[in-house]
Amino acid sequence: MAYLFDTPEQRQRMLKAIGAGSVDELFEQIPRELQLGRELSLEGGVSELELEQDLQRRLGQAGGGGVCFLGGGVYDHFIPAVVDELTSRGEFYTAYTPYQAEASQGTLQAFYEYQTLISQLSGMDVSNASLYEGGTAVSEAVFMAMRINGRDGRVVVAGSLHPEYRQVLRTYFSRLGTEIVEVPASGGVVSVELCRAALTTDTTALVLQQPNFFGCLEDIAGLTAAAHAAGALAILAFDPLSPGLLKRPGDYGVDIAVAEGQPLGTPLQFGGPLLGIFTCRSEYVRKMPGRLVGRTVDRRGRECFVLNLQAREQHIRRDKATSNICTNQGLLALRTTVFLSVVGPRGLCQMAKLSHEKAQYAAACLTRLPGVVLKYDRSFFREFVLETPLPATEVLTALAARGFNVGPELSRFGDSLGEGLGRCFLVALTEKRTRAEIDALAAALGEVLSG
Amino acid sequence: MRNPTATRMLFEMSEPGRGTVVFPESDIPRVTGIPELGAEHLATGLLPLPELAEPDVVRHFVNLSTLNMSVDTHFYPLGSCTMKYNPKRHERLARLPQAAASHPYQQESQIQGLLSVLYELQGMLAEISGLPAVSLHPAAGAQGELTALLTAAAWFRHRGEQRTRVLFPASAHGTNPASAALAGFECVQLSGGRDGFVDLSELRSQLDDRVAVFMVTNPNTLGLFEKDIATIAGMLHEAGGLVYIDGANMNAILGRTRPGDFGGDMMHYNVHKTFTGPHGAGGPGAGPIAVRDFLAPFLPAPVVTFDVARNWYSLTSPEYSIGRMRSFFGNVGILLRGYCYIRTVGGRGLREAADCAVLNANYLLSQVRDFLEVPHGNRCMHEFVASAKRLKEQTGVTAMDIAKRLLDYGFHAPTVYFPLVVEEALMMEPTETESLATLDAFAAALREICSEPAELVKGAPHTTAVCRPDDVTAARKPILCWSGQC
Repeated sequence: MAYLFDTPEQRQRMLKAIGAGSVDELFEQIPRELQLGRELSLEGGVSELELEQDLQRRLGQAGGGGVCFLGGGVYDHFIPAVVDELTSRGEFYTAYTPYQAEASQGTLQAFYEYQTLISQLSGMDVSNASLYEGGTAVSEAVFMAMRINGRDGRVVVAGSLHPEYRQVLRTYFSRLGTEIVEVPASGGVVSVELCRAALTTDTTALVLQQPNFFGCLEDIAGLTAAAHAAGALAILAFDPLSPGLLKRPGDYGVDIAVAEGQPLGTPLQFGGPLLGIFTCRSEYVRKMPGRLVGRTVDRRGRECFVLNLQAREQHIRRDKATSNICTNQGLLALRTTVFLSVVGPRGLCQMAKLSHEKAQYAAACLTRLPGVVLKYDRSFFREFVLETPLPATEVLTALAARGFNVGPELSRFGDSLGEGLGRCFLVALTEKRTRAEIDALAAALGEVLSG
Repeated sequence: MRNPTATRMLFEMSEPGRGTVVFPESDIPRVTGIPELGAEHLATGLLPLPELAEPDVVRHFVNLSTLNMSVDTHFYPLGSCTMKYNPKRHERLARLPQAAASHPYQQESQIQGLLSVLYELQGMLAEISGLPAVSLHPAAGAQGELTALLTAAAWFRHRGEQRTRVLFPASAHGTNPASAALAGFECVQLSGGRDGFVDLSELRSQLDDRVAVFMVTNPNTLGLFEKDIATIAGMLHEAGGLVYIDGANMNAILGRTRPGDFGGDMMHYNVHKTFTGPHGAGGPGAGPIAVRDFLAPFLPAPVVTFDVARNWYSLTSPEYSIGRMRSFFGNVGILLRGYCYIRTVGGRGLREAADCAVLNANYLLSQVRDFLEVPHGNRCMHEFVASAKRLKEQTGVTAMDIAKRLLDYGFHAPTVYFPLVVEEALMMEPTETESLATLDAFAAALREICSEPAELVKGAPHTTAVCRPDDVTAARKPILCWSGQC
């Protein structure tokens, strides 16, 4: 096999030192009747060249050869070359969890910088060193809220929160007896009054998204005030690009803010691996899930970094841990650290502005077509819901055939976003889309609709 | 050679007005008639992020990287973590733009190739585990555990059973009880026998109709194959419970035996350990699970299915699916690496990997046991747990001291103080991708350390950039964020 070293002679030497006659003998610990006794039925021996050719052939063209206007949580953003260059350094790439601080100062400082960058980005006091992705980050936030206020009867969730995040929440809480109450969105946002009415004295938290799944902007200040008035925490899932243009979660006074970090330097990869951003107010730090890196000094007083507050984690606290997470998304956190370092505040602002302006331009071009309207007459950030006279699935299939990947259609999520949305779909823009591409999309949609 | 100027905090290197990435000027005209952002939503100033020049950023991270030990640079026998060499070819293959630039909401017709690969991987993982139904959905091993427990709970509920307990041995990974608690089960820990195996009579005394699942790592965290695993599984099944195999140690048994064949009903894989994937300073992983056919209808959504008649791959939801555990399909980037690895080595290569991992571990064990106690026997599977208890009694040198001193010799430390059932534990897993010369050098270093003056070892490491950070103060007064102004 390609990745092994030892020659037959060396193996014999090793067996002799062990005092075993053969490698088979080493496996005698496994009762004979449990041994497989045959080779696994898996073909092997494919060379690097053949495998690459096979994958090239099977996977077809990138993105099906289409221009990406897809949104719904992950987006086709630009990633500077320096991100791949630096993060593929073997010393980062092939190290593991920095348990031995002296052998991991590079990783530890980078994660401390990540935590700081995410705090600066979100306006929140503390960030952990990553969770899996946005959906589980929401569920972890709700668990954390329960630990903070001791309420476990109910959680109130905006119907404008990503439907997949809501599904994850339902799965995570399926056995725990906590009532998950969804406040339906109307007109593209949730109403403060309806949320206020749903917040009871045993409600642990109100879960919101900004910009929400429809791309629209919620009244987070009003909703946060409603949550706090009921003694509940405000949990906000935010788009990590939005602080380039919009208020930050911290500016609204929310208690826990989470995000899908993919837009900041992570490729789409069909939806994973991604990056779960998790932040909170400093008074709750000991209730946080996931790893935290802290600054300290060593024996000689030199500034250095360690995994901090490990007593919260599963390898120490076991069934009393704040989460079961062990392996996290270290490499993606590192990518985001490098990304934010090179993009900086001005670059991020430019990205956010370009995405927003292009979304506005696309909305204007597309709604010029007969029968095509913005589903919600509200301001949006970088994506919006379009309604056309035809079923969305038909429209999107026809657009894909013309080289434009658009969506998702809202009906993909059943009726979790509301009823009567069969002709609606999302259109998302990033700094990568050009005027020519947007104009061509509008022309293609025109063709599709005129049959 | 390290350049200390470059490893200052990013924030201390910031200069207002500096910037690196510049995006093209907007090529679109301003529009009217579309709702505009209101002042209540707009940011009021520039974000307080650092402003850096690309050359500074490059020097910063390259210099930081030199402060790490890694598989690419050092022997990394971190027990339980299977720090094997990850072939570079799979990194490039997984980064092919066709995979890297695929959006999860693309039309099914555009991703038939990708789905065919994932479908094939489901079949491969079924064959390796001996468990026919596979979900590629979980983000990492710990999430695989939680997913499987919720799947089992849904099956019990479907049968009208209310089982509330999950059992696990004291030697279990911390994720097992943490996952069980998160899934809403009562955790019952078994202390286990003195020989390191599950104590059958203790297990029997806990088995009743409250027990849902027994979670067991096999080979266990002492590096021993649970010899009574078939009996254990029989006992669980008799009592109406299920057996979960924590697959963290699959590298030891690939092609030799299969969880499905020794009585397991469910298991997770850690793709980055058993197959390949960037360990990435802590992740990402992927934690696919494999289960028996009767559990298949309860697996999370989505799974990849194939309609032979239509020659069409689809993402579908099993009939009684527990639902989603995360957004989108799964950690496809990592799953693809695993797929490439399995195709490269094949069934024979997987077994050869296990053979060499076990040979290497046993060889290392044979080289250290005359100066370091190994409480659980002279043979092991892919790893073993030594104990510095005797040394500590004699000289005061602890497992942690040895771990730190190894860094001076140019070796990453083994896992220390785990499993909890061994005092002063040093858990060593050499993996199959290390040469005899490396193992000999490591054993020689360990031998040397055990005879060095205690003072020298207790003062280690002497050659790293820092020595024994004060984590007590760090925890008492946490500083988790740089607090100056950029």
